[in-house]
Amino acid sequence: MLTKRVIPCMDVKDGRVVKGVNFVNLRDAGDPIELAQRYDEQGADEVIFLDITATSDDRATTVELAGRASDELHLPYCVGGGFRSVADIRRMIAAGADKVSVNSAAVADPSLITAAAAAFGTQAILCAIDAKAVAGNPNKWEVYVAGGRKATGIDAVAWAVEATRRGAGEILLTSMDRDGSRDGFDCALTRAVARAVDVPVIASGGVGKLEHFAQGILEGEADAVLAASVFHFGELTVRQVKEDMRAHGIPVRL
Amino acid sequence: MRAVIVDYHKGNLRSVERGLAGAGMEARVTDDASAVAAADVVVLPGVGAFADAATTLTELGLDDAVRRAVDGGAAFLGICLGMHLMFEAGEEHAPEGGPLPRGLGLIPGTVAALPRRDAAGRAYKVPHVGWNSVEHDGAALFEGIPSGEHFYFTHSFAAPDGPATIGTTVHAAPFTSAVQVPGRPVWGVQFHPEKSSDAGARLLRTFVRLASDAR
Repeated sequence: MLTKRVIPCMDVKDGRVVKGVNFVNLRDAGDPIELAQRYDEQGADEVIFLDITATSDDRATTVELAGRASDELHLPYCVGGGFRSVADIRRMIAAGADKVSVNSAAVADPSLITAAAAAFGTQAILCAIDAKAVAGNPNKWEVYVAGGRKATGIDAVAWAVEATRRGAGEILLTSMDRDGSRDGFDCALTRAVARAVDVPVIASGGVGKLEHFAQGILEGEADAVLAASVFHFGELTVRQVKEDMRAHGIPVRL
Repeated sequence: MRAVIVDYHKGNLRSVERGLAGAGMEARVTDDASAVAAADVVVLPGVGAFADAATTLTELGLDDAVRRAVDGGAAFLGICLGMHLMFEAGEEHAPEGGPLPRGLGLIPGTVAALPRRDAAGRAYKVPHVGWNSVEHDGAALFEGIPSGEHFYFTHSFAAPDGPATIGTTVHAAPFTSAVQVPGRPVWGVQFHPEKSSDAGARLLRTFVRLASDAR
């Protein structure tokens, strides 16, 4: 039986791991590869490196990181942040990334997903969506871009459907409302997207305690759950999370 | 031992190269048909889609080279798409109305899309991404690995069941997740051992040992 995945996410700036609270106030949490190896030992199913510098002039550091990751990691990894073209994506795949996630550039030009999926396969292309609840409308979420700073007016569920139709093999869904809140995933948002698309959905944003992970799977109907700070600062181990998920009847690899 | 990783120009093969190196085998990444034909060990990794990969293999003369090596007794491991290419044909990205793209034909059968619904009509996500268990009957390739161990998968197509099946995994329906050409040192796995942590490393070590024994 396919297990539900637990994915530590590392925000990377200048080759080091940082984690923003609501995407500002960064704190340093170490070397990304060492951290990823620690997560492998704890039973992480994959890792994501999110390049938050991600301006075109700083890509070289991240390409280098992907190269090191291919050499030193024995689990799948995804690199996200700042991809604007198929050429950008090709550089990262050529460096060894198993998957890349696209966000703002795909919203601006959805054909990026089509072209990237055709070139590298749907399994290699994640569409990352940052969504925020629409005030006064409990079942509507809006897509934000540019690191969550810019509203687009696009409906998050509709965009997820469009992205998968174009070849995105997974959706990485972050709730802007919950990110950094420690209140748990936005399960209504996650469920709405998970039910609308036929590819796996990774829930992200808001984990603060152990039971939030199981909630993301059971109430959010996610296929995978992602967290950052709770892992980086050792509050929870991946193993603890998986043991709790198993205790909730969720299939996990332990 | 001359070991090669077949490069058909679809992506990075560093993880496979490093995985084999970790298992004690220094393999050369090459697209040179004569080097492949003369190899003692051939690893065909999995990148891209069946139709595209099959075309490139043919263009580079690598399909004949792999068959020559295998016919000459070389050990072989196909990974993910590399396992699909061991079969006669594949439906992935096949041109509409045209004949199905041909694989290496080491194993009879056609690689087809994973079903999206189980027998009860429940929907399953495709691509099948993540860690799933492999059930096996103690085939040599799985030495030291219990049946039910988890490996990392990422694919939308799957190989047919048949006499070559040595491992089975369940998504919407059971599918063949590992094969061996009966009686030959020729294996294929749907999952990525190079991405499957300790269990994957163990399987690669066993492959390297079996490949050495086969000489």
